[in-house]
Amino acid sequence: MFSQLAAILLISLRSLWMHRLRSGLTMLGIVFGVASVIAMLAIGEGASRHAQEQIARLGSTNIILKTVKPPDQEVADASEQTIQEYGLRYNDAERFRETIPDAQVVVPVRRKPQQVLYQSRRITAEIVGTVPWYTELAPIEELLGRFLSPMDIHYSQAVCVIDETVLNNLFKFDDPIRQDVRISGEYYRVIGVVRDISAASEINDTSSLHASSQGNGVSGSVYIPLSTMKGRFGETQIQIGGTSGMSGEKIELDEITIKVPSMEHVLPTRDVLANLLEQHHKKKDYQIIVPLELLRQAAERKRIFSIVLGSIAAISLLVGGIGIMNIMLATVSERTREIGIRRALGARRSDIIVQFLSETILLTLIGGVLGMALGVVIPVLVTLFSHGQMPTVITSGAMILSFGISAGIGLTFGLYPAYQAANMDPIESLRHE
Amino acid sequence: MISSNAKNDDCQGNTVATIEDLHKSYMLGHMELPVLKGLNLSFYEGEYVSIMGPSGSGKSTLLNILGCLDKPTAGRYWLGDDDVSTLNDNQLSAIRGRQIGFVFQSFNLIRQLDIVENIEVAMYYQRVPKHQRRQRAILLAERVGLGDRMKHRPFELSGGQQQRVAIARALANDPLIILADEPTGNLDSQSGAEILEVLDELNAQGKTIIVVTHDEMISSRTHRSVHLLDGQIERIQPNGKG
Repeated sequence: MFSQLAAILLISLRSLWMHRLRSGLTMLGIVFGVASVIAMLAIGEGASRHAQEQIARLGSTNIILKTVKPPDQEVADASEQTIQEYGLRYNDAERFRETIPDAQVVVPVRRKPQQVLYQSRRITAEIVGTVPWYTELAPIEELLGRFLSPMDIHYSQAVCVIDETVLNNLFKFDDPIRQDVRISGEYYRVIGVVRDISAASEINDTSSLHASSQGNGVSGSVYIPLSTMKGRFGETQIQIGGTSGMSGEKIELDEITIKVPSMEHVLPTRDVLANLLEQHHKKKDYQIIVPLELLRQAAERKRIFSIVLGSIAAISLLVGGIGIMNIMLATVSERTREIGIRRALGARRSDIIVQFLSETILLTLIGGVLGMALGVVIPVLVTLFSHGQMPTVITSGAMILSFGISAGIGLTFGLYPAYQAANMDPIESLRHE
Repeated sequence: MISSNAKNDDCQGNTVATIEDLHKSYMLGHMELPVLKGLNLSFYEGEYVSIMGPSGSGKSTLLNILGCLDKPTAGRYWLGDDDVSTLNDNQLSAIRGRQIGFVFQSFNLIRQLDIVENIEVAMYYQRVPKHQRRQRAILLAERVGLGDRMKHRPFELSGGQQQRVAIARALANDPLIILADEPTGNLDSQSGAEILEVLDELNAQGKTIIVVTHDEMISSRTHRSVHLLDGQIERIQPNGKG
């Protein structure tokens, strides 16, 4: 049985080899079809995994509340006021700590981009006013010195912790610890250095959930005690210019992150938070971000993405398959006489079907294997040329799928030509020139 | 009964093939065009018979039916113990492969296969095991004098050599009858004569051969010549060799 199969395949291979150019060109349709299936799946998989990792870094057990500017209509009501007051408050954070028993950590954050100077060097960094337990839920790692302490908060110390970007820009080769940097005319003593471990934080938009005001030439972060920030920068920001001449905004907190013990607690806690905020905020001046939900949305997006990519790949394979059928029909009519001879020599219809079908399947399988090779190379090149910004993941499932598809294409599009061959009248085909 | 007559009239030996009141018509649009109009004929074991007749006399149609490539419209055709006229396509294929050896005017070798493989093809469809197939193909190639050409492709051979391969292929499954259709039609007289000698030799070894031809030279070498005219047997002429 196996030797029989091997013999059939060998004969098919020889027929294909007789028409090398034609077989090769026909194969191209399948090669590119299969390669595109694998490449698309790899890119899709890579993109979704990348997004999922980014979201996971936000912490799947975190709930992030952010201050947002309320919609315009409500601003119009308060147009007499020169200073617009909105956003999350200190007492919101306080309330969460008191009323939500599941909240393990509640971290309030204030953010503001400022120039940071050291000697003659300067950098525009984001000043992050926060609390010592910020490290429990943020993707940072202590490198040198220490992070902010409760004492720093209590005494509103003029100390700061800088990240690697700031370190590299301001200090180069100097030891930054116990040095003073100047921010907005005041001096802060550097007590530690941290590293942002959400690797691609500068480029990916999901990470900007954490670093809200980054962009616009702002790079790096400087962490100072929240109390110090409140004392030195205040809460009101005046902007001169615009249509009303002068406008101001008063914001107490930019962000409050709440960490719950496990993923099961996330959604119930989110509902409690939403209720609490609704009671105490007249305007919708906040936004609730649940990384866990983002993860679920990402999974859903991936599913849709896969369907779209799958359809595109299916169309290209369909085109390739039709090309193969076309060529096989030409081959069958070209070999009419051979079919007649074989029939006269005792070949049954099924023998003829097997012969031509095996040729088609062999053609698509070889095309499939070549396509798989190409399909593995393309994602690697994509990752290489995008400098790692487009990660790709080749799954064994994609490989098995595309191998199966190419065999299926051979079977589907080979059947009709094979039947045509088998149903030829032996007398007519023997007369064929 | 006609059948008993046809079968038992002559007692020259066992019949290998018998046709009884064989009719064949083709449909041309709505018109029925009769080609064979009731033939009765028997072929005996070891016989060498020629079928002659002008174009349009029904020679080719008769050959196709004898070769199980076509089915009669009416009448019966016995080949060995089988009533061929009742068989389906698969059974006909099996009969063609096992009981009939074709020798065509234009050789009809498969061009992508070498000599040995061409001979093997006939055995391949009878599911003869590979090594056995190869062994017999080599033996047959040697028997028709092509032992030194076995790895050649058909286009590398002369017409006479190609026809020898075709004869070797026809012998591969040791068939009941050899059907030759103008076997020398595409050959020069020298090669043609050689091929006829090969056929004579086979007949001398006991093979039943039916040859369709225009050529008096060929028919004179056979035991009997069956002359067809307008789809009927005009006369059967013994050649004094049988």
